[in-house]
Amino acid sequence: MSFPANLRYTKDHEWIKIEGNTATIGITDFAQKELGDIVYVEVETIGKDMEAGEVFGTVEAVKTVSDLYLPVTGTITELNPILTSSPELINTDPYGEGWMIKMTVKNAGDIEKLMDASAYEAIVA
Amino acid sequence: MKNTPFTQKHIALGAKMAPFAGYNMPISYTGINDEHAAVRKNAGVFDVSHMGEFIVKGENALDLIQRVTTNDASKLTAGKAQYSCLTNDDGGIVDDLIIYCIEENKVYMIVVNASNIEKDWNWISKHNSKKAEMHNISDKTCLLAIQGPNAAKILQPLTDLDILNLKYYTFVKGKFAGIDNVLISATGYTGAGGVEIYFEDKGDDAAKIWDKIFETGTPQGLKPIGLGARDTLRLEMGYCLYGNDIDDNTSPLEAGLGWITKFTKDFTAKSILEKQKAEGIQKKLVGFEMIDKGIPRHGYEIKDFSGMDLGVVTSGTQSPSLGKAIGLGYVRTAFAVPDTEIFIKVRDKLLLAKVVKLPFN
Repeated sequence: MSFPANLRYTKDHEWIKIEGNTATIGITDFAQKELGDIVYVEVETIGKDMEAGEVFGTVEAVKTVSDLYLPVTGTITELNPILTSSPELINTDPYGEGWMIKMTVKNAGDIEKLMDASAYEAIVA
Repeated sequence: MKNTPFTQKHIALGAKMAPFAGYNMPISYTGINDEHAAVRKNAGVFDVSHMGEFIVKGENALDLIQRVTTNDASKLTAGKAQYSCLTNDDGGIVDDLIIYCIEENKVYMIVVNASNIEKDWNWISKHNSKKAEMHNISDKTCLLAIQGPNAAKILQPLTDLDILNLKYYTFVKGKFAGIDNVLISATGYTGAGGVEIYFEDKGDDAAKIWDKIFETGTPQGLKPIGLGARDTLRLEMGYCLYGNDIDDNTSPLEAGLGWITKFTKDFTAKSILEKQKAEGIQKKLVGFEMIDKGIPRHGYEIKDFSGMDLGVVTSGTQSPSLGKAIGLGYVRTAFAVPDTEIFIKVRDKLLLAKVVKLPFN
């Protein structure tokens, strides 16, 4: 399993990458392995102002469904369009092509409260 | 938690393991979709040694089986097997099972669900008024299901028994992979064809058989398959899973198991089921496929267009072979007709689905 050092992580197994006040969010390698083959991602919160920790969508695998939690407060601006036709990219490339959403972050400093790669690795190892 | 004789093999293969019916079982190895496709197109091996096996023998064996099960076991001759179920006093299903006729009128093996071993044993024992001889051989019996269109062909070199031409729901017994007394039946829970093999767990027989099967099969694409794909494979066929689609509160008639319910003989709650049949059932298990995007899951509510309750989803998944979301569920009988539009409550939304015939296609 890999945990890129340039990302931050949540206990709910999302990763977040911040550039300016825009963030990209997905689920971790650990999460995709636990879920198994992913078949559908549903996000119907685009454009909504949301708090950190709120459910912003769901991810459906063959056997199970799991909620997705927003790592920081802000507004979701985009769902990765390729996931509609190729949700399996979350399994094959969770930190790359399998990203889930982009958002505008209300307070870029919030990311400092999240785990770094080594802290996250310690909780899933 | 119990292990099967193959648990260490699964772990060594890197399987994702999880508890199931008190056993540490492989859920998947390379991924459900991949394993599912291997079984549909070629062949795969399932360790289902957690399942329960009882031997019932003696002059009163058939009488006992006839009284506790719904299908007509008197039709069985040696070498034939039969799908059946145990009914409780209210006409609900204690368990669904397979009866193997080892010796006509004398020796039978009953194969039951792992989660119900104790319940079934107690239930059958309670009805054993004429003292048929009963043995619970679950703990010492290994069961591997080798399923798929090429399964029998791959295994045939391991035995002199003719398994290539074995008819559905028949079995043979003999030497397999150098081990004596292996029972091989043309049965399974995938709809993909293939066999199930039963043998005693003694010495290193289990490891020998597992290794021989993969030594022969791996070059031909044979793969180990977990319980995850077992569930998607059986669901595509519309086969019931005990605890999900059938239980103590569902009758065989409601579950679409009228074909294994024979009123020509006597059995527990026969009169209740006869009455149910004459008056008509209130709810019926149906297959449905999603029209709106979403995946049905066990426990989701089924509604009509106005939001009126129709029933509940008992199984659901994204079908790996068909590429669409499918499910089983109970609906009011009037809504059980194919092509009827129903709605599945997925989280806070009502999503359109339609009733379809089984198996799914």
